[in-house]
Amino acid sequence: MRLAEAWRVASDALRANRMRSLLTMLGVIIGVASVVLLVAIGTGTKQTVEQQVEGLGSNLLLVVPGRLDVGSAPAVSPLTLQDVDAVGRVVGDPGRVAVTVASGATVRAGTRQDFTTVQGVLETTPSVFARDVARGRYLSRSDVDTGRRVAILGDSVARILFPDREAVGQQINVAGVRFRVIGVFAPLGQSLGVDRDDEVHIPVTAAQRLYGTQRVDAIAVKAPDRERIDELGELIVAELNDRHPGTEFSAVTQEQILGVLGDILGILTGVLAAIAGISLLVGGVGVSNIMLVSVRERTREIGLRKAVGARPRDIGVQFLLEAVLLTAIGGLAGMALGVGGALLVAAVSPIPAAVTWWSLALAFGVSAAVGIVFGVVPAQRAGRLDPVVALRAE
Amino acid sequence: MSRGPGPAVRGGPAGGVPAIEAVDVSRTYQLDGVSVPALRGVTLTVSAGDYVALIGPSGSGKSTLMHLLGGLDRPTAGRLVIDGRAVGGLSAPELARLRNQTIGFVFQAFHLLPRTSAVENVALPLVYRGVGARERRERAVAMLERVGLGHRLEHRPNQLSGGEQQRVAIARALVTDPTVLLADEPTGNLDSTTGAAVLELLERLNAESGVALVMVTHDAEVAARARRRIAMRDGVIVADSDADPATGGPGPGGGPGPGGGPGPGGGPGLGVGPGLGVGPGPGGGPGLGGGPVEGGGGS
Repeated sequence: MRLAEAWRVASDALRANRMRSLLTMLGVIIGVASVVLLVAIGTGTKQTVEQQVEGLGSNLLLVVPGRLDVGSAPAVSPLTLQDVDAVGRVVGDPGRVAVTVASGATVRAGTRQDFTTVQGVLETTPSVFARDVARGRYLSRSDVDTGRRVAILGDSVARILFPDREAVGQQINVAGVRFRVIGVFAPLGQSLGVDRDDEVHIPVTAAQRLYGTQRVDAIAVKAPDRERIDELGELIVAELNDRHPGTEFSAVTQEQILGVLGDILGILTGVLAAIAGISLLVGGVGVSNIMLVSVRERTREIGLRKAVGARPRDIGVQFLLEAVLLTAIGGLAGMALGVGGALLVAAVSPIPAAVTWWSLALAFGVSAAVGIVFGVVPAQRAGRLDPVVALRAE
Repeated sequence: MSRGPGPAVRGGPAGGVPAIEAVDVSRTYQLDGVSVPALRGVTLTVSAGDYVALIGPSGSGKSTLMHLLGGLDRPTAGRLVIDGRAVGGLSAPELARLRNQTIGFVFQAFHLLPRTSAVENVALPLVYRGVGARERRERAVAMLERVGLGHRLEHRPNQLSGGEQQRVAIARALVTDPTVLLADEPTGNLDSTTGAAVLELLERLNAESGVALVMVTHDAEVAARARRRIAMRDGVIVADSDADPATGGPGPGGGPGPGGGPGPGGGPGLGVGPGLGVGPGPGGGPGLGGGPVEGGGGS
């Protein structure tokens, strides 16, 4: 029997039992759709995080106390501004060194208020990290040196506190202390459900006074060249170890951060895909089940086909194609549903979702494979039926 | 295996070559470890163009014999040759090919594919022969016209009467131009008028195309119309009108019997009539049929 003929017979058989075919396909549709959707979410999350880390600026070296590792406890920082100066000397250019001392604080303007992250920083921040000021200006060297009470607002904070007024030049109150707004950042948008415009920058000296501390949470260095970035990190760590015997420091590059995050997100994506794969497997069992029913129902037809000259292979191929057709159509519908779902999720929720070609190819390939794997047993059973027995079947 | 007057009067296209030859064929089923013999040493030759009625009570082995003659099953012992090929050594695919090319089946329950038009049902065997769609349809249409269903091409089985369904089945059996047409109680599910018409059709096609017709039947009247009657009991042939002249086998005197005249539907086929005029004389039927008929009533 020609293959085209077998296709026709298989699709006729599916059409003859429309409802049953549809319900069987539904298992495959759900399985494939969840594979596509969940892998899209995993991939999208990974891409977003990577973009964010890369968006911090290039050749970046983050210096933190303790180890940067999955699951390590955060350490209280022993770093001070003197250490920052020392790091600046190691780097050879204090303009390449940025710091942060961050804390959550309530910011008020008149009757309006916002709880946000207030970061004490140096005037070097925009050149180390990629941050643009949309209006007004950023901190100056003298602002930091004198601990002047001036602030640059994130776009969201500016909108909340000054919905209908220009923020630059206005007074705000940070944790009970008055500051003057000198600039507003260009918006960065959201990522992973976090509003990156929800922050306020003030001079690190003012922040230390505000929080009553000498500490600096972390130091960031923009390395002059990429090749020697690891070497520079080692020099900085050595210098800090000299200054603070008994405390461990880490200098990590973006690549290392990406590596750690990539590992975590890769595991996450794998787990999601595995869960979705289970539902695809269940769909496959459904296909197998319905094919066995179909073989049983059509035993007389099989007997007749054999009597008029169908070989065992012809019958086997016919039923195998039926199973593959079920899963292939289900797979295509599932792909459409998965892509649609991913676009919807990306559009209406903060969860990023990126559909990748490999996930589509994988889902479709797996669903077709499921059809073959779960169709083989019923197909073989049909092919091996004794025509005499089959013709007598009720 | 020469058999007296038999081959001499048979005018089939294949001449004296036997379509099916069975020598001491047995078929034993294994049921829960117990051997149940269904056929015990059957020897039989069906020649091209022959018209044979196979009679016997239920469980006499005639269905088993039919399945063997049609290549649906293989004997457990003995030698079975269909169209020159020994069945014993054939694989399942080879046997399927042999059935496709040599045998046409007509069943009591029609066995048409539901939701499938008459013309597609008839074309089915050609699908497994690898014939292209256009030629399949042409041949199926021509065959349906031959069985008088040229106006029912696109009807589905549930839109056809029982007699029409059996005609479709007959067209399907003959569309491949087989050597042997095996009919298992072809009129068993039909009322007597429709049954008679179907029988006449089978006889006409047997006469016209020279296909050997082997028919299992319980009906003594139907059996009486065949040129040759084979009676079975307990897995063996107990009487064969060809092999045993005493039972009123064919002879010159048998000519005018019912088998000689294909009936009103015969038309042009009558040309072959004289050559096939070997139907049993009126005395032939009862002489052989006595035993099987009473057994047949029990099924």
